[in-house]
Amino acid sequence: MPKKQIHLAAHFPGVNNTTVWSDPESGSQTDFASFVAFAQNAERGLFDFLFLAEGLRLREHQGRIHDLDVVGRPDTFTVLNAIAAVTTHLGLGGTINTTFNEPWELAKQFASLDHLSGGRAAWNLVTSSDAFTGENFRRGGFLEPAQRYDRAQQMLDAARELWLADGRPIDHHSAQFDIVGDFPIPPTPQGHPVLIQSGDSDQGREFGAKTADAIFSRHGSVEDGQAFYADLKGRMGAYGRRPEEITILPATTFALGDTEAEAQENGHRIRTAQVSPQTAIAFLEQVWGRDLSAYDPDGPLPDVDPDPGAQITRGRVRHEKDPLAVAQRWRELAEAKGGLSIRELIIETTAHQSFVGTPKEVARQMDDYVQADASDGFILIPHLTPGGLDEFVEKVVPELQDLGSYRTEYAGPTLRDHLGLARP
Amino acid sequence: MRTAHLAVEVSGFGRHPEAWRQAGVPREALLTPAHHIAVAQLAAQSGADFVALPDSFGAGSGLDAVAIAARVAPVVPGIGLVPTVTTTHTEPFHTSKAIATLDLVSSGRAGWEPAVSRTAGEAAQFGRKPAAEPAELWREAAETIEVVVALWDSWEDDAVIRDVATGRYVDRDKLHYVDFSGEFFSVKGPSITPRSPQAHPLIVLRAEPDSLAVAARWADVVRITAPDLSAAHAARERIRAAVTDAGRDPDAVAVLLDVEILLAADENAARRRFDELGELAEETLRVVGSPEAFVDVLAEGAVDGVTAIPLTLPGGLRVLADEVAPRLLAAGLRTPADPAATLRERFGLPRPANVLTGA
Repeated sequence: MPKKQIHLAAHFPGVNNTTVWSDPESGSQTDFASFVAFAQNAERGLFDFLFLAEGLRLREHQGRIHDLDVVGRPDTFTVLNAIAAVTTHLGLGGTINTTFNEPWELAKQFASLDHLSGGRAAWNLVTSSDAFTGENFRRGGFLEPAQRYDRAQQMLDAARELWLADGRPIDHHSAQFDIVGDFPIPPTPQGHPVLIQSGDSDQGREFGAKTADAIFSRHGSVEDGQAFYADLKGRMGAYGRRPEEITILPATTFALGDTEAEAQENGHRIRTAQVSPQTAIAFLEQVWGRDLSAYDPDGPLPDVDPDPGAQITRGRVRHEKDPLAVAQRWRELAEAKGGLSIRELIIETTAHQSFVGTPKEVARQMDDYVQADASDGFILIPHLTPGGLDEFVEKVVPELQDLGSYRTEYAGPTLRDHLGLARP
Repeated sequence: MRTAHLAVEVSGFGRHPEAWRQAGVPREALLTPAHHIAVAQLAAQSGADFVALPDSFGAGSGLDAVAIAARVAPVVPGIGLVPTVTTTHTEPFHTSKAIATLDLVSSGRAGWEPAVSRTAGEAAQFGRKPAAEPAELWREAAETIEVVVALWDSWEDDAVIRDVATGRYVDRDKLHYVDFSGEFFSVKGPSITPRSPQAHPLIVLRAEPDSLAVAARWADVVRITAPDLSAAHAARERIRAAVTDAGRDPDAVAVLLDVEILLAADENAARRRFDELGELAEETLRVVGSPEAFVDVLAEGAVDGVTAIPLTLPGGLRVLADEVAPRLLAAGLRTPADPAATLRERFGLPRPANVLTGA
């Protein structure tokens, strides 16, 4: 029986502290030349698709624009259409918010991208109920948090009707939308774009099992990955879908070296660069909910407790629900590791490489992970723009091919072809 | 002699609704990138300053105009790209970053033609608000343009500092909230997209009864329609007066006359081809004739230039590129364009100072 094949996607390194802008090799994340270099390299590596994240308001920390990470990005649709001009097979995935867009316009934009790329478009659906972001839009902060997925589902249902209308009139009415008219664009080369989803809540998983073609997950270990994989794919039967109709791709970082020791050293260097002294304090402030600028990043954790009610960072997803428990856990961890400084602790807890080793070893780790059904592949998040994928494509991809678990050529021109998906 | 500006407008297989019969390819070709690239290449070969890409949410519209512009930008150099983006149903924040990004991917060749959506049909496709009167639509358009321009200025050019010593990637004092609040919407800002190569992509507006004040305040280029050149000249004078009244330099605003064209080797051949297509209401000055007949329109100097609107595509552009462009150069009506020039530079316009600097 042939081996299960690995799917690879690549995140264009953008706005977060994964991107090491202080590295002399770090280029612009907005110049089109960066997108060209990154995309063409991903295509050389036979990746399924590249993917752009989205933010619709600049993040704030303590009431001011967060200034420590890369900030600023081009418009998703516009840059993906331009990338379509300099690539031929690479899928083009864009995160587009379901809250601050309207179905007719969004359907037209995605149909245009899919036609103009010859069938390579993918939509990563994200939801928001965020009044902070809403301040940039007519809608404002109108959405109750519980309605996020309702709106996402109704948005998708409406968009699908438009994409597949093929001349038939549209008469869509739901709690969120009333849409009547004739959609002017015929079905696209893929029928409609590939749908990607990334929510990890129960509601998010259900939405993914029902609707998604690909899932971005964030489960790093084999055990966690297997549990998520089994859970998500297990939910699909209820919707009349087969497990292979969804490709699960955990986000992962990597560090390579010619020897194991060199790879470890590179990994350590990257982690350190991702957490500057100022970034370490800012991360701590997110949990503590107070100004900690007086603390030495090379010193011990603050002896004051977090303010559990405070949220001083806006515009970024908050993963820590209980700051007092986090502080307690971090203090124990710092102690157990022989007295970690603030910066050492933040490096330890926030920025880890999933795959570190020689190209051969990283290929083997990835293959093991996928063959164990912990995922169907990976979305790689390199730490450098635009060259962060170069070494991976040059050295790891051939190793994956040698293992017999990675394509040596694209099977067809569309992203659905790469993912083995039928036309809807 | 003053040189003239030349733009071309392309949509579908040309303005004539029966033009697809002469195109020699199925209508589905309009959905392929190859068609749009070929058309943009011909437009560039004609030496035009920009290609206008109309769009709307109305019946009969095609692919998204910004998408087409972005798709052709990397592979068709040397011509400005001016998509229409409507203001009635689209979020200004999205429009701002889309046009700024078109400027990034085209190395400073982007423009924007704002337009309004008048019909109940378009409103029903969004289901958010009923159709409105033109005066209201243009008040909303004015707000949209104002906030889009403010967002273009919301990053100072040197906002990215990458200061390793302090750990700061960006100087937050050089990023500005626009804090716009108007009759129709409010926008906080700043943009998520940095200031683009031209800072302000070229703003092109059509002169309509209710758009004159908006054009006087914001347009770099005003497009007019007129039945003849003397009416066009009179319209130009009215626009220049309105621009002056708005406190701007009328010489910094180019007035371009829409001219529908169907050109062939001689007038008889052009007339025959027009007759094959069938009658069509004349929306503006129309030249069905020889390349010289079109050159004569520019030579009159009644306006600052023309927007040629081929009745048929891509053939109508081929004549423009092969027959008209050399004649315009020979007559001194056009000068060879600097291929590296930004679209603003082609119109003799400076890169604007950032009004939010120091704010």
